[in-house]
This record gives sequence, structure tokens and C-alpha cells, in this order.
Amino acid sequence: MSRIAAVFAKLSADGRSALIPFVTAGDPSPSVTVAMLRALVKAGADVVELGVPFSDPMADGPTIQRSSERALAAGMTLAKVLDAVAEYRREDDRTPIVLMGYANPIERMGHEAFATRARAAGVDGVLVVDYPPEECEDWAAAISGVGIDPIFLLSPTSSAQRIDGVSRIAKGYIYYVSLKGVSGASNIDTTDVEAAIARIRAKTNVPVGVGFGIRDAATAARIAGFADAVVVGSRLVEEIERSSPDEAPARAGAVLAGFADAVAAVSRKAPVA
Amino acid sequence: MQMRAPRVERDPAASWDFPDERGHFGPYGGVFVAETLQAALGELKDAYEAARQDPAFRAELAYELEHYVGRPSPVYHAKRLSDELGGAQIYLKREDLNHTGAHKVNNTVGQALLARRMGKRRVIAETGAGQHGVATATVAARYGMECVVYMGTEDVARQAQNVYRMKLLGATVVPVSSGSRTLKDALNEAMRDWVTNVSNTFYIIGTVAGPHPYPMMVRDFNAVVGKECVTQMPALAGRQPDVVLACVGGGSNAMGIFHAYIAHAGVRLMGVEAGGLGIETGKHAATLSAGSPGVLHGNRTYLMQDENGQITETHSISAGLDYPGVGPEHAWLKDTGRAEYVSITDDEALAAFHVCCRTEGIIPALESSHAVAQAMKLAPTMAKDRILLVNLSGRGDKDMHTVATASGLSL
Repeated sequence: MSRIAAVFAKLSADGRSALIPFVTAGDPSPSVTVAMLRALVKAGADVVELGVPFSDPMADGPTIQRSSERALAAGMTLAKVLDAVAEYRREDDRTPIVLMGYANPIERMGHEAFATRARAAGVDGVLVVDYPPEECEDWAAAISGVGIDPIFLLSPTSSAQRIDGVSRIAKGYIYYVSLKGVSGASNIDTTDVEAAIARIRAKTNVPVGVGFGIRDAATAARIAGFADAVVVGSRLVEEIERSSPDEAPARAGAVLAGFADAVAAVSRKAPVA
Repeated sequence: MQMRAPRVERDPAASWDFPDERGHFGPYGGVFVAETLQAALGELKDAYEAARQDPAFRAELAYELEHYVGRPSPVYHAKRLSDELGGAQIYLKREDLNHTGAHKVNNTVGQALLARRMGKRRVIAETGAGQHGVATATVAARYGMECVVYMGTEDVARQAQNVYRMKLLGATVVPVSSGSRTLKDALNEAMRDWVTNVSNTFYIIGTVAGPHPYPMMVRDFNAVVGKECVTQMPALAGRQPDVVLACVGGGSNAMGIFHAYIAHAGVRLMGVEAGGLGIETGKHAATLSAGSPGVLHGNRTYLMQDENGQITETHSISAGLDYPGVGPEHAWLKDTGRAEYVSITDDEALAAFHVCCRTEGIIPALESSHAVAQAMKLAPTMAKDRILLVNLSGRGDKDMHTVATASGLSL
């Protein structure tokens, strides 16, 4: 069983949702990425999404864009992201790590080369924001072939046909973008999100996580009441932006711990397995 | 999959019917956007397909192009310039004479009519030099729509006059200070606006790039340029040209004049990119000449990028060519060999600008001056009965400040 499947199976048995922090690798500096992973897992992360910085993050809001700019200015590259994952794997062989980013750095490395190196580093899933399912069959095959899950997005505007399409090929988990807009926008309407999650659940047994617009512990707890995972990104990245590089892991960890307490307090029915 | 320029086994120009149903030009183009934009692009594609087959829409577009834009634009024999060079005859397609002063309005009229048909009351656009922003603000005023234009702060400073023109036309200009503060960042920001306000907003992309259906749709709206030439050239010059030249940034004026000529096998198509300070300096925007395939702004195409796949900053004296990508159809025209792509430096373009002013009484845009410069290189190598057709895509009024500065003057 993959690390991602193992985590969701355990949480499901416990009646809990997963807490998934997102941070940009290399923000504020490549040298703190391993310490950041350590701090986030210690603070209660069940899975970690590690952003691969890109010069043109079209689907992200200003907070994540600035984090990408900081990481690139500090010299972060896709190869160094994989190095950081490999280093962290030596001390933690349990927590799934999912890379999230844009297509071009991966295409530049090459699909096969990326798949081989990511597998060796211990990456569990990859979400390429600008690879919709219909444009990336060979990519999905390349990473699935080495046991890495291709993670796909669904959104409030996804048609029934697209929900069907993603449900058919989804592995690991499905990332539901909870609002119309870019990452880091204002708070979301959890009632609408709950209805959307129910529509997706009707099509697939793959766990469904919710992200974009979850800015406080109370919203996270409401989402945890019906979703398999809660993704917290911009709120953590804001904290990193306000911190010195040395303090960033501890401060991001402290913020995440608040979300972890709220999510852990919510018990929900196990989803239909 | 490692993206490399593919080998082409057959001659696709024999029946050039691109893109395919999902927007692919060979390996290029496509819809590389986040899920949040898929529904909007699907809606746009359906609406455009319906509109292009609707005689009423076509009639309305034709009426607007004739009476509002001033089409057809003339083709003009630049006889003094040709005589001075002593070789091939140079003809200029006068897109500079359009309302708003460039080819850009052909596309914005088309997209604004489509927006109105779709019931969208708000239009947004990105702009580099400001020509597309002005053309969008113009049609927004013409059709009574709210208009927001995104522009990099670097370009806002370089093109202050166009910023003022857009404001006069009632548009809101939003300066973008992220990334390299130029066209690509304005495009990122416009995409973010669109994904947030998609229910009431139509995004008018200004070039033949972006996700499907934009490269096809923007090409189609500009294809009137080449279609007119195909009928004008035999009437004026007795036959079709030997070479058609156009500058290429994103590539909309070039696709506009190339498209009708792709099927004319004897006509060479030559795209002219911005060589900036010289390809060897790295400070240029010659994407097809010096870039490599990748994914940016919703399509797969040639890009200026570093060894880690990050998009690099480009340089050109002309803001309208200062873009690190290029339309996917140009990428495919290059790989198939149907079109050839060369580059012209800032200095060569400036020299051609001055020659065009003094020998023809025409002040060309700095973008178009790149195409004129290539024609000036080519003409002396060819016989006097050969014909070069240059798309003079815009006029140079907007560039007075840049040209004066390059000449050591201040206005």
C-alpha cells in the first residue's frame, strides 16, 4: 500500500480528516526546507504538499506568487526540491509528500527523468496545476509507472463530465478547489463545498481533499466534518513571509498546530470504503 | 516525454487544417490550464464555434470592420524605398491606417462582439506596448462595456501615452508589479481576474497564444489581413508576392497575414523576431530562433527559459515584441518548415524605422520596423521583378519617446 493510501486508511478508521499543509519549497531559503518539513509533520501534518516554485504561477494569488519569487531568488530548483525530499525521507518514511507545481520545470527535466528521480527521492504524489487529465496521458503513465500518484483538481465550475473523467483516473486523492479564484482568496461558503464533495463522492472512492480559502481553524473544522482532507496553504505562507528564515519553520509549525487541534477534534463517519 | 522539435514526415501545408478539435497544432497548443478555467474555456469555444458559423455574426463583424475600423486597408508599393535598395519590390500592407493605428483592433472588434453575444458586460485584457489595451478600451467604449486592462509597471512607464489613451476611453488600467513587470506578468494577472470573475467577464487575449480556442480565434479575426492581400496583390502588382514578412512577438499580425498564404506553396513566409541587443548577448525576445519547447500561459510552444524551466526575462526596444513565448501555430509552422523565422536587432529596427520615415513618409511602429528591416536586408539580394510583401502592422506615433531617447534626444 502506498504511503498516501496508508494514511487515508488509518484516518478513515479513526473517523478523522487529514490535515495537509502547503508551503513552497525553498521559501524563504532552500536550506530550511527540510527543517520546515520536520516542523510541519511535528505540528500534525498528515500529508505535506510541497510547492515547486515557478516564475509564472498563473493559478496562484499574490501570497503564493511572492513565496515562489522568494524561493527562486534564493536559488531553489526542481532538482533541489527532490534533494530536500530525499534528505527528509531518511528520518521519516511514513508521511506522504506531494509535489505541487507547474508543468514547465518538469517538462524541462523530462517526464521519465523526473519520474525516476522523484521515485528515488521518496515523492508520493504530484499535482501539476496546468496539466488537466486530457493533456497529460503520457505524464500520468510515466509517474504511475513508478508508483507515484498523479493528483488532479476539481472545482466549483467542473462539469459532471469532467468530474467523471477525473474520477476515472484519480489516484491518491482528489484536490477540490473550494472557490472560484486563485489561492489565498477570501473565506469560502462551506455549505456549497459540502454539496460539491457529495457529488464527487458519488463517482469515486478516492479521498477528496479541500483547499483554497481555508484561513482559520473554525473553517478547517467545518470542512473536516465532511471532507477527507483539509489543505491549508496561503495562511502558512503568510506566516513564513513575516518570519526570519531561522524562525520560519517554528512559526509555520505553531500556526499549523492550531489547525491540527481543530481538525483532530472533529470526528466524522468513515466514508464508504 | 522530453519535448524536442519533432521530425515532420509529410507536408502539412498541403492541407493546413489546424488546430485539431482540442486546439493542437502538431505537438503545440492545447489547453494547459488549471481546472478552475476549464469550464470558461469550454463555454468560449462553444460560443465561438456557433458565432463563426452564424451569418448574422459574420455580417455584423464585416460591417464593423468596414465602417468602424476602416477596412480594407490598402496595400502600398514602397517604390522609393525599393529603388533605393535596388532589388526586389517592397509592398506594405497598411494595417497602420486602421482605427487605433494597428492590426490589434481586428481581433478586439471580433472578441467584443462575441462577448456581447455571450452576455458578458465586462471585458479585461493584458497589454505590453499598450496597443492591444487601447484597441480593447476602444471597442469597450464602442459597445458600452466595462473595461479593465492589466499592464506591467515597466510598460506603464515606457508607454505613458497609451495609458492615458486607455483612460480617456474609459478603461481602468491596473499596473502589475509582480515578476518582470512586463507583458507576461500582465497576462498572469488577467488570467487571475478571469478565474475570479468568470461569470460576467470576457477575457480578450491580444495575441495568438494562450489556451485553445484563443490561438485559433485570434488568428481567425486577424486573417482578414492576408485574405485582403490575396485579392489586392494581383490587382496592384500583377501577382502574389514571393515573400510575405511580418514581425513576431506573440505573433498575431504575422498569423493574420500568413494564414491565407499557407496554401500558396510558392510564397515564402518569414517571421521576424526581436533580436534585441543580439542573440549572442542573451538580451532578446527571439523565442523561435533561440528558445525551446515548453508550457506557459495555457499552451505548449517555444519559450525563453533557463535550464531549470523557469521563464527568463526578454529584451526588445519594442514593448510589443517583448514576450518570452510565441503562438503555438508559429511553433508548428517553424517545425514543419512552412515558415522561416529570423531576428532583427534593436539597432537594425531603429535604422529601418528612420529609412521608412524619410523615403516613404510613413512612421512605422517599432514592432513593424523589424519586418521592414528584414525586407531591407532581403531586397538587395533579389532581382527587381521579385516582390516582398511586408505587414506594416502598426504606426509609430506611440514610439516617439523611445526613438527620441535612442537618438539621444528628450521630448
